[in-house]
Order: sequence, then structure tokens, then C-alpha cells
Amino acid sequence: MVEILIDIGISVALLLSIVTLAAFLTFVERRLLGFWQDRLGPNRVGWEGSLQVVADMIKIFFKQDWTPSFVEPVIFVLAPAIVLVTVLLAFAVLPLTPGIGIAGHLNIGVLFFLGMTSLTVYGVVLAGWASNSKFALIGGMRAAAQMISYEVFMGLALIGVVMQSGSFDLVKIVEAQRHLWFVVPQFFGFIMFLIAGIAEAHRLPFDLPEGENELGAGFHTEYSSMKFGMFFVGEYASIVLISSITVILFFGGWNGPFLPPIFWFMLKISLFIGFFILLRAALPRPRYDQLMSYGWKLMLPLSIINVAVTGALILSVPA
Amino acid sequence: MNAVFLISAGLSVMTTLLAITRTNPVHGLLFMVLSLLSMAGVFFSLGAPFAAALEVIIYAGAIMVLFLFVVMMLSLDKSSEKRERSWMSGKIWLVPVALACVLATEFGYVVMHTGPSSEPAHVIDAQMVGASMLTTYLPAVELASMLLMAALFAAYHLGRVTEPVARNKGAP
Amino acid sequence: MYIYSSLRTLWFTFLHLFHKTETIQYPEQKPYLSPRFRGRIILTRDPDGEERCVSCYLCAAVCPSDCISLQKSSIEGDWTPEHFRINFSRCIFCGLCEEACPTSAIQLTPDFEMSEYRRSDLVYEKEHLLISGTGKVPDYNFYRVAGVSVRGKAKGEALNEAPPVDARGLMP
Repeated sequence: MVEILIDIGISVALLLSIVTLAAFLTFVERRLLGFWQDRLGPNRVGWEGSLQVVADMIKIFFKQDWTPSFVEPVIFVLAPAIVLVTVLLAFAVLPLTPGIGIAGHLNIGVLFFLGMTSLTVYGVVLAGWASNSKFALIGGMRAAAQMISYEVFMGLALIGVVMQSGSFDLVKIVEAQRHLWFVVPQFFGFIMFLIAGIAEAHRLPFDLPEGENELGAGFHTEYSSMKFGMFFVGEYASIVLISSITVILFFGGWNGPFLPPIFWFMLKISLFIGFFILLRAALPRPRYDQLMSYGWKLMLPLSIINVAVTGALILSVPA
Repeated sequence: MNAVFLISAGLSVMTTLLAITRTNPVHGLLFMVLSLLSMAGVFFSLGAPFAAALEVIIYAGAIMVLFLFVVMMLSLDKSSEKRERSWMSGKIWLVPVALACVLATEFGYVVMHTGPSSEPAHVIDAQMVGASMLTTYLPAVELASMLLMAALFAAYHLGRVTEPVARNKGAP
Repeated sequence: MYIYSSLRTLWFTFLHLFHKTETIQYPEQKPYLSPRFRGRIILTRDPDGEERCVSCYLCAAVCPSDCISLQKSSIEGDWTPEHFRINFSRCIFCGLCEEACPTSAIQLTPDFEMSEYRRSDLVYEKEHLLISGTGKVPDYNFYRVAGVSVRGKAKGEALNEAPPVDARGLMP
């Protein structure tokens, strides 16, 4: 009984900290983007703008929660919830440290993560369809095609890691990296996974479903108030998710000398979150056909070659 | 585990029924996604987590998204819903119900004579699935790969550009 | 591929983290405004303290947003405007009125802090516009160089002004 209570406590604490972190990222991102564009960013509310999140939250909660008359009401309400729920569910299998994590020892951890990210696309696509407006629909269709294309080689890029560690269990994968991070033997796998991860989180430069200069706001054109806020928090939570999974799979998870494991984990994921924001500050958005041909004609063959080479090396080198 | 099995099995039956009877294609597809997810729950409770994960990733996460994509492209409106409703009434139910009855009798017979096994015998993990794929079921895998190859060629054939596309002629 | 160029872009963008920011924290830190900044419009007086405006309507005619409205005084021989009104909620601060003005009466100043809570407060009348100084042009007096006769000065009596030519005379 006590164990169940502790488990529930850990889950709730983890959920709350992820959502808070995701909300805080909206501030961190604006501040960092500001610095990278020689601006200051929001620095008025609280010390150096640190309470900006609170102000934004108050604002977004008190906005009118408007459901336009032309939408499919049920699915319109359901879509943002799907995005947030699937992203948060994927956190269940992430082992933050040896002790902290909800279902870290799940024997299909990697596959569970892949499954949840592949379900995230429903939220986006259904938001586009249920909005019943042409910009939202185009955004949703782009999301569907983009996510399916990039999921394919996201899975294939992970296979190298799974082959080397011999398990889908994320804890075992991290423990296998005690001496050498997988980013060294699986460098190409890492690059491809990162690119696919950016596309999965539909972050810049792959945010074509949103495409604000040609589609208004893409799939969430018709959303307002906290329904929009859920898409927003979901996007930032998926940044945290992709960063954490990259750290766990390729950068040794909590492994690190001297300092406590949670510190190393946090340090590594914050570096990746910073990298995501840097990508937004620096790179322009590709054209849609460029995105598609890049995924299918370059990344997919490369990831298959990566899998084949890794397998051949594992078989040829005696353990 | 028994409760998980019962809940997800009941859900899958219910959502499949709803998927058949919905007139709005997107609603039907969504119920089908739910049915696939609950099928994944069934697999998981029977001790096949790998199959459950593949069910979620491939069927629910990829194939149904493609279905949804096509349905969205068709831009179906209220009139198509009405037409769908007119199709789904009267005698059209006769044959499917009869076939379902046959299946149900068969299923009942199987259940009566083997008895329910609620506990999973043993957990089948990814390694065992892979090993049996490349030993016991090798011919089937090879046949399926050939089928997929044929589909790939067909897709390439359909997608090729037959006439040179006029480029840079200016916008209409 | 554009891999090298992308990485280069990322690196140079990252270096901007260590650059000085361009932002001026406005209410605490005032920006430098040049003397020729085009801000709030004023009406000036000549060195003798008389109004410079001669109600020629050129400013109102040239104004692209039609925000200037004035009326010449109805008193014979008095060329000052009876009312002079600028609607600053429409003014775009283009400075064309200043360029058009033959007497340097209307001038733009480096002041932009003119927010109001009500739109009607942005309509400035002559008493709000007219200052008691000469503005940017200290020594200029239109009537001293214009060659027209006004009160206290006949034609040709002003500075650098030749006596009027007798057009009916025969001598060259």
C-alpha cells in the first residue's frame, strides 16, 4: 500500500515538474532567442523577467475560451488533450536516475516511447481537421505526412543503440553506457535521431504544420485560451521529452563523475533544450517538398545503412 | 492482469462496433484507432509486450494516420454522411450479421472446449519474436517481403513523372 | 547539401550570446533623438515675436493623411490663422508640412511622448501648437525677405531687398 502511494507521489511530482518546466521553457526560449538576436527578451516581470510565466498563465487562463461555430465540437476539444496526454505518457518510461522514474524498467521502453510519439500526431491532425478551416486543414495534413515520414527513420536510427545494448529497456541502455556513451559508436544514429526528433516535436526548422508565414498558425489557427495553451505546453513538453530521450539513449543518461546523477541528467537535457532553441534562432524553414525528399531520399537510406553496418560490426567483432 | 485483459477486450469489442456504425468517416476511424489501442492492451495482458508496442506504433501510429490523411483529403461533408446513413440501413446488415454469428459460434465453441486462460503462460519478448521470425516463419517473412517489394514497385510506378513538368513558366 | 552552411550559421548565432544587446530600456533609459527627428509638430514665431504662419494652406494641401486644418483670419490685412488644428491620431510624422512651409512656421521636434487615454485629446489646437520661440530657424523672418508690404514696412525696405522696379518706366 505504502509502495503504491510512493509510486503515485513520484508520478504526480514528475508530472507537475514536467508541466512546470515546459511552461517555464516558454520564458527561457524567449529570453535566449532575445540574446541570440542581440535583444534582451522579456525582463520586466519579476527579477530579470522570471515571473513572466506567471503573468502569461494568468493571461491565458482568463482569455475567452472560444469554440467557433463551424468546428466539430467534440474532436476540437479532444485534440489538444491528445497532444498533451501522449507527450506526458511518454515520460512514464524515462528513467531520470536509477531511483527516479515511473516505469523505467519497462522491457519495451524504447518502443513505448516510439508508440507515444507516433500517437501525438493524432492531436495535431485532428486539430487541423476539426477546426474546419483551410489553413488548419493544410497544417494538419502536413503534420500527418511529416510525422509519418520522420517516424520511420527515427525508429531505424534507434535500432543501432538497441543492438549495441541488447535491450529495449532504457535503464539497461543507460547502464550499458557507463564506460562509453553511445554517441561515439552511434554518431550517425545520433544525428539522424536528433533530426527526426526535431521533426517529431514539430519544432523549427521543421515546424511546417505551424508555418506561421503561410498558414496563419497552421493546425492551431482556430484555438484560443487554454486549448491553445495545451498545444503550447505540449510542444515544450515534447522538447523536454526529445532532449531527455536523446540524453538517455546517446549521452549516458545519469552517468557522470562526482556529482549526483539527477544533476548530470538535468545538465545534459538543459544543454539539449538550449540546442533546440538555438536551432530556432539560427535556421530557416525548408520548403515542404525539400522536407519530404530529405526524409525519404537521404535520411531513410542512411539510417538503413547505419543499421546494416552496426549489425555487421557487432557480428564480426567477437564480444 | 485479468482485469486489464477484460477491460481492454471489452473496450475493443465496443469500439469496433462503434467504428462500424459511425456515419462520419473520421469518427469511425477514431474508434478504430481506439479499438487498435485496446487490442494492444489485450496483447500486453497476454504477455506479448512486443506485439502490443508494434500494434501501437505501426497500426495506430502510422497506418491509421494514413487513413485519416486520405479521409481528410476527400473533404467529405454532410451530404456524404447522409448517403452513408442510407447505405447502413435495412437489408445491408443481413450478411455481415450472419457471418458474425458464424464467427461467434466458432469462438464460443473454442472457449467452451479449451477453457479461459487468464494468466499469461510466459512473456514473449522482442528477441524471441525475432528469432522465430527468422527460423520457424522464414518462408512467411520472405513471402511478405516479396509482397512489400511488389507494392514498392507499384508505388514507384504510380508516382513516376510521365511527362516533363513545365517549370518556371510563371504563376497563372 | 547545406550542412556546412547550417553548422556555420548555428555557430555564429551562438556567438551572439556574448554580444552587447542593442535594446534601450526605454522609460528608464532615454534614446538619443537627433535635432532633425520628426516628432511633435509646433508652430513658431519670428525673431520679433510675431506669428510666422501666413495661412498659405500649403501644409494642409501637402499633408498625406489630411490631418491639418486651418482657417485664415477674417480681418483684412491680417494673415495669421484664425484656427490651426492638427489631429495627431492621424499624423504620420512624415515632415512634408515642414518642407512645404514657406515661412518656417510649422516645424517638427524631437518629442514623441504624446500618448493620451482619449483620442479627442490628440487633436491639438493653435494654443497647444504655438510656441513663443523661433524653433530650429533662429533669424528667419519671412517678411524681411519676401518683398511684400506689411504694416511698418513698405516694399523694398527690408534687409537685402532691392527697391521695387517701376515696370512702366522706359529706362532700362
